[in-house]
Amino acid sequence: MRLKLVPSETSWDFFGKWKLWLGISAVLIVIGFASFLIQGLNYGIDFRGGTTIRTESAQPVDVAAYRAALEPAGLGDVSITEVFDPTFADDQNVAMVRIEAQEGDESVTAETIAAVEAALQTVDPQISFPSVESVGPKVSGELIQTAAIAVILAITAVLIYIWLRFEWQFAVGAVIALVHDVVLTLGIFSELQIKFDLAIIAALLTIVGYSINDTVVVFDRVRENLRKYKTKDLSEVLNLSINETLSRTMMTSVTTLLALIALFVLGGDVIRGFVFAMIWGIIVGTYSSIFVASTILLFLGVKRDWSKKDPNAGGQYANIDA
Amino acid sequence: MLQMSSWQRVMILLTVLVGLALALPNGFYPTVEKHNDAVTALDAGAAATPELTADAAGWPGFLPSGLVNLGLDLRGGAHLLAEVNVEDVYDSRMDGYWPEVRDALRDARDTVGTIRRQNAAPGTLSVKISNPAGMQEAIRLVRELATPVVSLTGAGSNDIEVSGQGDILTVTLSDAERVATDDRTMQQSLEIIRRRVDEAGTREPTIQRQGDRRILIQVPGIGSATELKELIGTTAKLTFHPVITRTTNPNERVSGRQILVPSIDPQEQGTFYILEQTPVVTGEDLANAQPAFDQNGSPSVTFRFDTSGGRKFGIFTSENVGAPFAIVLDNEVISAPVIREAILGGSGQISGNFTVEESTNLAVLLRAGALPAEMTFLEERTVGPELGQDSIDAGKIACIIAFIGVLVFMFFSYGTFGIFANIALIINVGLIFGLLSLIGATLTLPGIAGIVLTIGMAVDANVLVFERIREELKTSKGPARAIELGYEKALSAILDANVTTFIVAVILFVMGSGPVRGFSVTLGLGIMTSVFTAIYVTRLIIVFWFERRRPKQIEV
Repeated sequence: MRLKLVPSETSWDFFGKWKLWLGISAVLIVIGFASFLIQGLNYGIDFRGGTTIRTESAQPVDVAAYRAALEPAGLGDVSITEVFDPTFADDQNVAMVRIEAQEGDESVTAETIAAVEAALQTVDPQISFPSVESVGPKVSGELIQTAAIAVILAITAVLIYIWLRFEWQFAVGAVIALVHDVVLTLGIFSELQIKFDLAIIAALLTIVGYSINDTVVVFDRVRENLRKYKTKDLSEVLNLSINETLSRTMMTSVTTLLALIALFVLGGDVIRGFVFAMIWGIIVGTYSSIFVASTILLFLGVKRDWSKKDPNAGGQYANIDA
Repeated sequence: MLQMSSWQRVMILLTVLVGLALALPNGFYPTVEKHNDAVTALDAGAAATPELTADAAGWPGFLPSGLVNLGLDLRGGAHLLAEVNVEDVYDSRMDGYWPEVRDALRDARDTVGTIRRQNAAPGTLSVKISNPAGMQEAIRLVRELATPVVSLTGAGSNDIEVSGQGDILTVTLSDAERVATDDRTMQQSLEIIRRRVDEAGTREPTIQRQGDRRILIQVPGIGSATELKELIGTTAKLTFHPVITRTTNPNERVSGRQILVPSIDPQEQGTFYILEQTPVVTGEDLANAQPAFDQNGSPSVTFRFDTSGGRKFGIFTSENVGAPFAIVLDNEVISAPVIREAILGGSGQISGNFTVEESTNLAVLLRAGALPAEMTFLEERTVGPELGQDSIDAGKIACIIAFIGVLVFMFFSYGTFGIFANIALIINVGLIFGLLSLIGATLTLPGIAGIVLTIGMAVDANVLVFERIREELKTSKGPARAIELGYEKALSAILDANVTTFIVAVILFVMGSGPVRGFSVTLGLGIMTSVFTAIYVTRLIIVFWFERRRPKQIEV
């Protein structure tokens, strides 16, 4: 007996309700975008400069007392949050203290950090500081720029690759699906105000990679079926291809999610945001490669009959990918 | 038919074996690490103590001993990103030019008249001549001092630019020379930071140039970024200046080419020295420096000049017996002793108000040399070793659980073929570690996440093949043909899917830094190994199995 995520033969109609699916995506994108515009992202120090100090103590964290102790230092906006995690021991109480970048300083000075540490030690003598990170505004500005360039570059590179391997319609479909995934991921980070730092950019790019992976597998089948069934409607071919690859799509998503969920629960709080971004991205990426990319492809239409030379397409290399 | 030539089989098996052998040391991390340290120590000529020999013997020498480096977030340590203020150097370059310019113009006194150095913007040397009519001649003379720039990009241009306006002659560094100078400054700074970090005796530091004027310093095992900053952030610029006078007014106006420097001697609190701006000798003229004790028994640093420094210092002291000179460290006067007699031996002693630790540090800094320019720290991170260990532990557990989950899931989904995929998956993770050790890559926390993600995604290629075999079986072509067709037809999807992800990994590697780069490395390697294991290893296993069993029917 085999475990089957989807029946071995499916002929579900994925395009019957395309208005509904695209509608859901559109609504989610609008919500995400609005949230992004209204409350913005909760940038970590990588992107806006400043210092974070991680504290750890056997004593319970008393946020109010910490805040009171830091008040006299006059450091401007100080945020203190307690961190909870199932991987912590019982006597492990962790908090994150975030200090904004100080006016005129390229990086927070050693004296400021020493003052903060001393102030916290008066509240709780047992406190220790397992990590201290400080990023100057100059670097943080560049980091955000590089990150944005990296995402755009990745999407462009993917666009070009698919264009070369398939047809431009496929490339457009895949890239719209990608942008969809990236926007929805940014949206959920903004909506839930999860800390957005450099590692999240890595997650974002992985989502780009994963989502494209999924889309390409479906498109590969579409390409094959377009040659096989020359008389069938494009929508029929698309539907057939999605059904044929559905079992694989689900298998891969589930194994990847299995691995990521293990990491999410057990991997500790340091990378939880990162793993969350990936889990979300894989769900959204799987969805978009079925519903968004293919629907766009359906709208754009594809040049059929790949075996013959298209008189309109120039050059002998037009069919090089066939 | 389902066939693979013997040489193909041998190559695949060999690759797997080599990969796994390379990964092996990571399973015995502490032992191998001790072994490597001991071997390095012994090679460096350390005495073969019983412990060292035992450590070295702890891991057989014929086995590979490369380890995956653990990143700062896993091992704990400090990370600094420093920007070097390269413009600092232009000033001292101009100071260096002054004597030559002076001598050249002095020889032509008849045409240019008397000369006088003016205060000027940083990086500019400006000279006033009393006879403006001789400006053309003065410019010509100074231009003759210029030397061609020695660099690839600056070939053909001179190192200085000379211009004159009215009675002021201005000398600046040319653009090409500035580029060349910046480059030298960066090289020197890197070298000096490396020496200082090495003197402090930490292991495997990373000291890299980033971009035009930045240096990345990562030192595992150091207590905090502040500590590291004290070590490398001190310029340690030592200079000896003639003293003009002393004052207690911090805003005292000084005439051109003179500087006002505070004293750090507690007995002279509030005292400022007015000094000649051009030093007699500098720390660059030092040949050696050692911590010592002076005649009163308080900590001090003894130093020895190199030959030319000793000569310069000897001439200066013999000409100025009875006058004081100031020892200046990073723009503060440490002491200003009076010259009792000419110091010709080329060695001396700096006594200040040092603790033993300070004098030891100062000696280290003086030996390593002064940084040519000051540095600003743009980014600093400290990770405690416990936090790193916690992350490793959490990552390990997550990896194991993820692994078991995927193995079980694959078995229930594909039965026998699932087991094949699982063997390939285990080999795959082994190969990732093998490759990471081979290229000496650094494993970071996001890197671990990359491996976990690869575990999930690595089965994808196998799933593609297996699903395809299932489909081909439906059209009843017989098992051998179905398997072959399955591989054949799944190949384009596997390649396209993985090439696109690989493109993303490459972009991450090029654009990213630190942990992100660590992630891109594991992701990229994971893609390569998973494609290899899916296309070759699983296939080889299936071929072996098929040849033994010769099944009439298969179920995938």
